[in-house]
Amino acid sequence: MLRVISRRLVQLVVTLLALMTLVFFWLRSLPGGPVDALLGERATPQTRELLTRALGYDQPIWVQYGRFLKNVVTGNFGNSIRTGEPVTEVISRAFPATVELAVAAIIIAIGLGVPLGYLAARHRGRLLDNATIIVTLVGISIPIFFLGYLLKDWLTQGLHLFPPSGRISTGMDNTDVTGFFVLDGLLTRELDASADALWHLVLPAVTLATIPLAIIIRITRASVLDVLDEDYIRTADAKGLRNPTIRKRHVLRNALLPVVTIIGLQTGALLAGAVLTEKVYNWGGLGTLITDSIGGSRDYPVLQALILLAAAVFVVVNLLVDLSYAVIDPRVRVR
Amino acid sequence: MPLLDVRDLSVTFERRGTRPVRAVDGVSFTVEPGQTVGLVGESGCGKSVTSLAIMGLLPRRGNKVTGEVRFEDTDLLTLRPKDLRDWRGRDIGMIFQDPLSSLNPVIPLGVQVAEVLERHQGRTRQAALREARELLDAVGIPDPARRLKEFPHQLSGGMRQRALIAIALACKPRLLIADEPTTALDVTIQAQILTLLKELVDDSGTALVMITHDLGVVAGLCDTVNVLYAGKVVERAYRHDLFAEPRHPYTHGLLQSVPRLDVDRGERLHQIRGSVSDNIPWPEGCAFAPRCDRLVDDCIGETVPLEPTFRGGALRCTNPVPKEVAV
Repeated sequence: MLRVISRRLVQLVVTLLALMTLVFFWLRSLPGGPVDALLGERATPQTRELLTRALGYDQPIWVQYGRFLKNVVTGNFGNSIRTGEPVTEVISRAFPATVELAVAAIIIAIGLGVPLGYLAARHRGRLLDNATIIVTLVGISIPIFFLGYLLKDWLTQGLHLFPPSGRISTGMDNTDVTGFFVLDGLLTRELDASADALWHLVLPAVTLATIPLAIIIRITRASVLDVLDEDYIRTADAKGLRNPTIRKRHVLRNALLPVVTIIGLQTGALLAGAVLTEKVYNWGGLGTLITDSIGGSRDYPVLQALILLAAAVFVVVNLLVDLSYAVIDPRVRVR
Repeated sequence: MPLLDVRDLSVTFERRGTRPVRAVDGVSFTVEPGQTVGLVGESGCGKSVTSLAIMGLLPRRGNKVTGEVRFEDTDLLTLRPKDLRDWRGRDIGMIFQDPLSSLNPVIPLGVQVAEVLERHQGRTRQAALREARELLDAVGIPDPARRLKEFPHQLSGGMRQRALIAIALACKPRLLIADEPTTALDVTIQAQILTLLKELVDDSGTALVMITHDLGVVAGLCDTVNVLYAGKVVERAYRHDLFAEPRHPYTHGLLQSVPRLDVDRGERLHQIRGSVSDNIPWPEGCAFAPRCDRLVDDCIGETVPLEPTFRGGALRCTNPVPKEVAV
């Protein structure tokens, strides 16, 4: 097991290195750049040259690349071109917001998706099953920004059930410990802050969870149906085991494997979805940071670090997925 | 009184959008306590479906099962599915064809044996595991204590089938149904498994229904034999009578198709022409007619009944092979 983990960690480093290189050159191959973005079209050539030199973009690209690599390895991602703050600081401010949102979404997606998919499989061909198929089709097809504005319109403007945007009410005197507002409230016993943050979290999390939820329902349903057809379920039936025992012991665990795979793959989609969701609900996390860093200023240092972070999260989540295979399926352990 | 009395058992596959298919068509046979009864036939003749119908293991959807399956005084087909679960594993055990896919890949072997004891004999997990170790030992699995913790993929094919036998016999059922238990195994292992089965049923007095396409298995194991063709019993006889004097042309053909050592080299092996899918498209008449060498007009015109012969045997044929024709 340890060997597997260490091998995967080496893979992680190689992956990230390759990705860093790609991102570095890809960003610089785009037309325009931070100098144009910062100075606008009417700047004099002298100003341009000064800024270019100040940012180090006058150096040969290989030198820039080498310096970039060295900085990354030493944990120095440079300063944001837009605000001048260190990139690490900018990102660590936004990171908890997105993690909070994504974790809430994944909890909803798994917590509802697996039981619902299971239920649909057990009612195969009947009303509940057919309804599930239609609803999940809608869930997969609906664009996040559309659903987001729809929910926002109905439930905040119309019914005033939820706050329309932000992570916490203005004027709420919350203490920042970890940056996860719901958790912070619990840690500092400011339960009202925790509840308020949770209240703000509901709509964005539901919006972000919709697509993975629909996919997890579908995969669980299909997977359970597959397992129910397996010979070992027939053996379990032939033993006279009671239905609940068969479900818990024989069906569920085998059916979870494909679901776990999908959860890993959905992490990437979740990060992409976060960009849109955060925009709709003015969430102020990584998604907002990405849009701001591309749109206004071509903030190379921030973008590079963000893409690296996203890739690292994706790779780590998939490592966890692989490890959970080994927990679920003994056949994987040997390899 | 027979232990198992199957009367007029029929199974029809009813899938939406397709014509219903009668996979088992009025099969009747009995099994006396301690007796070994063979159900023989080629692929698709309905022998596996018969066994699954007896056990109530056919999915409810798309399968219509009629007739009676009397186990002592109880018609298993009338039991509620929930109540039938009390009988399965306790009074009737079953062994399946493919031992690898029939064991759950993610559950240790010990638990898979123990759970049937927990279910029917109220054992705790610990007591059940202890008994499971003895059971594995009894079916000839070496180092059973270690095997209990292992998973099916870590066992050889023969060991997996032994484990399935241990599971099926764990609660000392009075009837064991073995559905082609050796088909997926090497020839050498096949012999071991059959010997083991024979020993176990002889020692415990368990009755055995042996489903197979292998006449060698029948010859070595069964007291009486039912030959199935296209969902119907076409011939029933004591093992000795069947091999000495097969009366149905299908049985006769099957026996002739067995490779033998005492024929001249280069002589072609006999084969029954056509395949099981060559069938007459109407329900009356003999399903074997299109492939039969002894076809007469009466074969296709009307229903051919299963007539008793001698010593409890029966035959469904209008123009049977004469008695004096030896194989």
